[in-house]
Amino acid sequence: MYLPDFDYYAPESVSEALDLLTEHKENAKVICGGTDLLPKMKHELLAPKVLISIKKLPNIKKIEYVKGKGISIGAAATHNEIVFSEVVNSKYPSICNAAAQMAANQVRHVGTIGGNIVSAVPSADLPPILIALGATAKIAGPGKERVIPLEDVFTGPQQNCLEANELLTEIFIPDGDMTCSTYHKFALRRAGALAVVGVAVALQTKGCADGACSIEDARIVYGAVAPTPMRGVKAEAVVKGKMATDDVFEEAGKVAYSECKPISDFRASEEYRRNLVGVYTKRCLKRAIENGHK
Amino acid sequence: MTTNYITDRHGIRRYMVTIEVNGIEYTRVIKANVLLVNFLRDELDLTGTKKGCELGDCGSCTVLLNDRPVNSCLILAIECDGMKVTSIEGLAETESLDIIQQKFVEFGAVQCGYCTAGMIMSAKALLMKNPKPTEGEVRAGISGNLCRCTGYINIIKAIMAASGQEAAI
Repeated sequence: MYLPDFDYYAPESVSEALDLLTEHKENAKVICGGTDLLPKMKHELLAPKVLISIKKLPNIKKIEYVKGKGISIGAAATHNEIVFSEVVNSKYPSICNAAAQMAANQVRHVGTIGGNIVSAVPSADLPPILIALGATAKIAGPGKERVIPLEDVFTGPQQNCLEANELLTEIFIPDGDMTCSTYHKFALRRAGALAVVGVAVALQTKGCADGACSIEDARIVYGAVAPTPMRGVKAEAVVKGKMATDDVFEEAGKVAYSECKPISDFRASEEYRRNLVGVYTKRCLKRAIENGHK
Repeated sequence: MTTNYITDRHGIRRYMVTIEVNGIEYTRVIKANVLLVNFLRDELDLTGTKKGCELGDCGSCTVLLNDRPVNSCLILAIECDGMKVTSIEGLAETESLDIIQQKFVEFGAVQCGYCTAGMIMSAKALLMKNPKPTEGEVRAGISGNLCRCTGYINIIKAIMAASGQEAAI
C-alpha cells in the first residue's frame, strides 16, 4: 500500500506548529507516531494535503515529576518510553502496565500517549487509567493555552474536542490522595489486540494496613463499552465511604453491569461486555486494594 | 524549519534525507509519502524486509530503528532522517550468518519464510537488550510477529538456542 502525496513540515516551536495548523486548517493533520494516522490514510479514510510532525517541538517527549505537583508527560512520549520510565513506575506503575498491554513492541516504540488520546478510539488503553487518576490535558491554541480534565477531551468515537488549529502538548497527572490504582483489560489475544473491555480503578483508602480498610474516595472508568471512556459514577457511589469487603465489590460490579453502555460488534456482544465490566470492576477494586498502584 | 525540499515539475515536493542503513549512509531525494519499508525495498533494493499486512499488525516488515524494533510499514522515511536502520541484510557482520539466523536454520524455524526476516529482527532486538531471556520473555519479544504457518515452537527454540539456552518445550 502506498500513501497519497502530501507536504510535510517538522516545526521546531509550538507557535510555528500552530501557524501551520491555522494556515492549512482541515487540510492538515498532525503526525507524531503515525501508527493510527497512516493506516487510516492507507485505507483512504483520511487524505490530508499536509502533515505536520510535532516530534521536533521542545520538551514534547519529556516525562518528569514536578515536585509537589505531579507527573507531566509530553504528548509525544511513546508507550515504551512510559513503560520503562522510572518516574512513572515509581509513582503509578498502573499507568506503565496499561501502556505495556497495548498493541505490540514495534508499535509501542512508535505510538504515543498523545496519539492514543486524540485518536479517541473507545478501546484505547491509556485514557481509562489516566482519567481515574484525575489527569488533565494541556491544549495549545493560537495565542492561548488551556488545561482541561482529560475526560472532556473525548466527545465521541474517534472524536475529540480539539479545534482544527489546536494541539495537545502535555498530559499531567496531579499528586492526589489516591493510594491505589489499577487497569485491567480483556482482549481476544494476549498481544496485539484491542480491548473488548477495559476497567480502571483509583481509590483513596484508609486503615488498610490495620486490617480495617475503608474506601474514602473512588474513581472508576470503563473503556470500550461506551462511545468515549466512561466514568462509572454509580459504581463509585456504591464503594465510597464503605469498608472494602467482597460484598461491596460484588455490589459495585452489579451496578457497573447495568450502568455501562456497550454495543455488540464482531469482538463481543453487548451482554458479554456487560458481564465482563461487572467482573472486571469487582476484580479491579479488589486488586487495587491488594496491590497499591500496581 | 529544517526540512530541505525541492518542488518538481508536477508541483510535488521532494525532500532530501540521509539515513544510515546497515552501516552505510544513503542520501536520497524522496517524496514525503515514502514509507521506510518502500525506501528500503524500492530505493535501496533491500528486499529482505517483507511487506505483510502493511498496517502494523503482522510484524513482517520489522527493522531496527536506532536499535529498537519498529514496523517499517508505519514509518515515513522522511522521519528517519539522521537515524540508523538495521534490516535483515545488515544482521550478519561477517560472511557467516548471525547466530540467530544459524539457529533458525538449525531448528527448522523457517517454513514458508515470509515472517522470518521480521521474526529475526524482533529476536535480535530482544537479545540485544536481554541476552538470556526466559521462554516467556521470548514469546513476549516476538508477540508482534505473526507466523501464518504457526511454526512458533521451533522459532522459540531457535531464539532460546541463539541465547545459549535450551527451551523446555
